[in-house]
Amino acid sequence: MHPIIEGIIQAINLILTGDPEVFSIAALSLYVSAVGTLLACAWSIPAAVALALRNFHGKRILKGLFNAFIGIPTVALGLYLYLLLSRAGPLGYFQLLYTPNAIIIGQSALVTPIIVSFATGALESVDPELRTLARTLGASDRQTYNVVIKEAFWGLVLAIMAAFNRAFAELGVAMMLGGNIRGLTRVLTTAISLETARGDIALSIALSFILLGIVMSLSIAINLARKTSQ
Amino acid sequence: MSPHVEAVDITREYDSVRALDRVSIAAHLGQVTTVVGVNGSGKTTLLKILAGLDTSTAGRVLIEGSEADPTQLRTHSTMVFQRSVMFGTSVFNNVAYGLKIEGVPSHEISLRAKSALAAVNLEGFERRHARKLSSGEQQRVAMARALALERGVLLVDEPTANLDPANAMIIERAIKDSARSRAVLLSSHNLPQARRLSQHVIHLYRGRVVEEGEPSSFFTNPRDERTKLFIEGELQF
Repeated sequence: MHPIIEGIIQAINLILTGDPEVFSIAALSLYVSAVGTLLACAWSIPAAVALALRNFHGKRILKGLFNAFIGIPTVALGLYLYLLLSRAGPLGYFQLLYTPNAIIIGQSALVTPIIVSFATGALESVDPELRTLARTLGASDRQTYNVVIKEAFWGLVLAIMAAFNRAFAELGVAMMLGGNIRGLTRVLTTAISLETARGDIALSIALSFILLGIVMSLSIAINLARKTSQ
Repeated sequence: MSPHVEAVDITREYDSVRALDRVSIAAHLGQVTTVVGVNGSGKTTLLKILAGLDTSTAGRVLIEGSEADPTQLRTHSTMVFQRSVMFGTSVFNNVAYGLKIEGVPSHEISLRAKSALAAVNLEGFERRHARKLSSGEQQRVAMARALALERGVLLVDEPTANLDPANAMIIERAIKDSARSRAVLLSSHNLPQARRLSQHVIHLYRGRVVEEGEPSSFFTNPRDERTKLFIEGELQF
């Protein structure tokens, strides 16, 4: 049987039989990527608001830097963070390396430029006259920002979604900071990489379908919610 | 009667361009004061400074004789723009926005929004999505949104420039009615409209006040040559 067909059948089997290992790998993938993305939102959204709505020196350079870092190679980022988190590194004291928290930190750093750049674009695309209007109706600076954020809501959701997808599908950071330890830090991408190296193509394909299925389901759900709200 | 709002020697420069040059005007409660002038004469800049949305390079703005900073001006006035901008929500939420910020109780918000919408013939439009209305209806919502706030100064910038006669008439009536309890400052290059609505007309040319007076004398017997040409439609910017 062709490995792809075998992979599809195996994927269906793994899902229908509720294979505990596959489910725990998928759950850990979802967990680290979701937490990493939300963590990045905590500083990226305020940064995007500042970049889009405030004027300050160096703003254009900062925007350019965030744009440039969108495409940072995950292995390079993984390596730098590895050096930071390893025992001999400046953050070695916290013993984070080869833990899910290390992957979370790495993925949050990875997706920060994506959220900042995409969210800045979404906020900047809101009609600037809306801010003037809010101000003439008595809104404070904070309230005018809220107006803009509300208008750009779906743009911000898409920025977060793109960031989550990037975190969920990346390999370098998860491999270098997590170490692909079975039952502890093995996520879908590292498991696919391992099974491919082992020659178990069918299992790799099965895991990749689960990965794709989750990414596509989330994208479809977000798009449906967006259309329903409009 | 002392003016309700007054601009004293207002100058506004953008880089090397002087948009307003020592402009002094006054608007009184119960009156519509219209600033007329060709495009680029500084009308919108002047209104934005009076609304607290822009700052002057020099000069002062007084409310009831006391100097007011932009923050005070924003709480004392509201502005309707030439291009109506709607929040992406219902007509009611658009009209209620400023009232909610002011902390007006919800039952009063409802009453004031209804009354403001009635003033522009938009009864029953509360639940409609504001951005799905025609441009004329949107401008009427913008007018209602400003009226609902019941501020002392209403600044209206070319409100009927892009409207059909029916919508323009409704806006004009709302401006006239609203002036009973406010000082209204209207910017327009529509001279028949200025004549119909105003108690006082000011001609702004290249950032300077070149003539002002009651509509009867302003339109029939202008003293300034540029005002004469403007009224005759022959003044070039």
